[in-house]
Amino acid sequence: MEDRILEVQSLKKYFPIKKGVFSRKVGDIKAVDDISFYINRGEIFGLVGESGCGKSTTGRTILNLLEPTGGSVTFDGRRIYDVEENYRLSTEEMALMRRDMQMIFQDPYASLDPRMSVGAIVTEGMLKHKIYDKKEAMEKAKELLELCGLPASSIKKYPHEFSGGQRQRIGIARSLALNPKFIIGDEPIAALDVSIQAQVLTLMQDLIEQFDLTCLFISHDLCVVRYFCDRIGVMYLGSFVEVGTSDHLFENPMHPYTQALLSAIPKSMPIEEKQRIILQGDVPSPANPPKGCKFHTRCPYVKDICKEQVPETKELETDHFVSCHLY
Amino acid sequence: MANNIANKSSNISKVQGEEGTSLWKIGAKRLIKNKLAVFGIVVLSILIILSVLAPVITPYDRDETNLTNTYQKPSKEHWLGTDELGRDVFTRLIYGGRVSLSVGLVSTSISVIIGVLLGAIGGYYGKVVDNIIMRIVDIFMCFPFFIMAITIAAILGPSIWNVMIISGILSWPSIARIVRAEVMTVKEREFVEASKALGLTPIEIIFRHILPNVLAVVIVYTTLGIASGILSEAGLSFLGLGVKQPQPSWGNMLSAAQNLRSLRLHWWLWVPPGLLVFITILSINFLGDGLRDALDPKLKH
Repeated sequence: MEDRILEVQSLKKYFPIKKGVFSRKVGDIKAVDDISFYINRGEIFGLVGESGCGKSTTGRTILNLLEPTGGSVTFDGRRIYDVEENYRLSTEEMALMRRDMQMIFQDPYASLDPRMSVGAIVTEGMLKHKIYDKKEAMEKAKELLELCGLPASSIKKYPHEFSGGQRQRIGIARSLALNPKFIIGDEPIAALDVSIQAQVLTLMQDLIEQFDLTCLFISHDLCVVRYFCDRIGVMYLGSFVEVGTSDHLFENPMHPYTQALLSAIPKSMPIEEKQRIILQGDVPSPANPPKGCKFHTRCPYVKDICKEQVPETKELETDHFVSCHLY
Repeated sequence: MANNIANKSSNISKVQGEEGTSLWKIGAKRLIKNKLAVFGIVVLSILIILSVLAPVITPYDRDETNLTNTYQKPSKEHWLGTDELGRDVFTRLIYGGRVSLSVGLVSTSISVIIGVLLGAIGGYYGKVVDNIIMRIVDIFMCFPFFIMAITIAAILGPSIWNVMIISGILSWPSIARIVRAEVMTVKEREFVEASKALGLTPIEIIFRHILPNVLAVVIVYTTLGIASGILSEAGLSFLGLGVKQPQPSWGNMLSAAQNLRSLRLHWWLWVPPGLLVFITILSINFLGDGLRDALDPKLKH
């Protein structure tokens, strides 16, 4: 068996819907509904899906930034939490654990404190965990910034003095400051220009190699995910429909939703025939997901069984899991 | 390889200058460009200097009576004349400034400390804590300020300390509300989540990230709160429930001149304190408005 750094077991995150004067709970938005997967050490795992399908919520719940509703997460051989067994790390242990798992955020304009200098932002974690004293931390911050392609003199400046791409580099430097083993990139390039996207991606790739990082890369950009990630999970309405290595998934998509999603990638050759699968209808509300297979309302191959039973996840090729009644 | 990455992008990220300018520096620059705010700062500084240096500036004693020299018109010896006991009005005026300004400062500090703490706790933790705090705020907001102040002053007796405490304790709810609302917006920003991911505790997050980001609003309301503190001191003293004679304050000087004879014949007894209250409040409000404009993060320079 490979060395699994992260193992997620039937993770759930529901947001309560409250109504009325006494905010009675009238239902749940099932943002993440029973997903399980693992990430091997040194791997880049991509998480794709349309907006609102729960990608970011998954990332945040894994890091325990959001309170999980169900399921368990094991990181580097240690359980972080297990809701069913009512187990969770103590606050101190969790704080220590956070050194090893960091996050790069989507919006470089919102993720840096505007009142803090760049130096203070990057050194914050090192000082909190007392890895270095103040002077060493500043030196380390300069090193990290240079590594991320910013001049060392940046430490005295403030976030508003930088452009979006530069701010994202600051965000990356901050996440590397604690020397983590695992990084979650929550659409780190979605808010950037295409030309800057390429630079930041190259930077991330270089850093991942250099620091031996494992990465959960959340994105809705399929082309990026294909070349950037080793394995990919496709999400629809809070659940995985298909998980596989990026080669398998792109060469041989099994699930009807994945097929439709991949057919939406623009072709680079105008002459090339495009077979666009256009799905009917809208994404159902995660507050009231369809019974059976969640995709059955829009699936072109829908059968009776799809409306009743939730499909099991089957391994059709090695490392290629699909949840569909077709197979 | 590291150098390689650095070189690749250093051309793009050429930033001029070594020192950064914080948002505070930008705010200060903007404030100085605002003429009304500068007027406010100058007037307030003069008033503060006058009242702090009162014993040096005037040769007279604050409470020294001279019954052979009552109701003198303004002259070279007595710049603003003398009152019914022959005390120098100018002297009493600048000593009164001490009282008024310190009541304004101390009462506002009390309300800011209570308001910011409770507002931040309520806004950050939410749920039950927030509910309890906000209901207390609602209760406090139900009381009509002056009636409460008069009642408490009547029970505790008139003194400068009582005025400070009363006006401080009665005016924290509005600050708590503003701070709570600001905290609720700031805590949803991604940088708060980022510090959670770094492992910071809620207290560290509140003090390091949230409070600095709501400080601008707090500063503006503090300035404006000082004005209302001064006004309520003047009001209470005027009613005889604030600062007790012979200690002078602008309010009780006005109150002392409150008779037909003085109103008709001795203008120097009531015009200067009234004017000073007016000018002080005006300057503070100018400064407060200037600060609001200067510190507003939505404005671009």
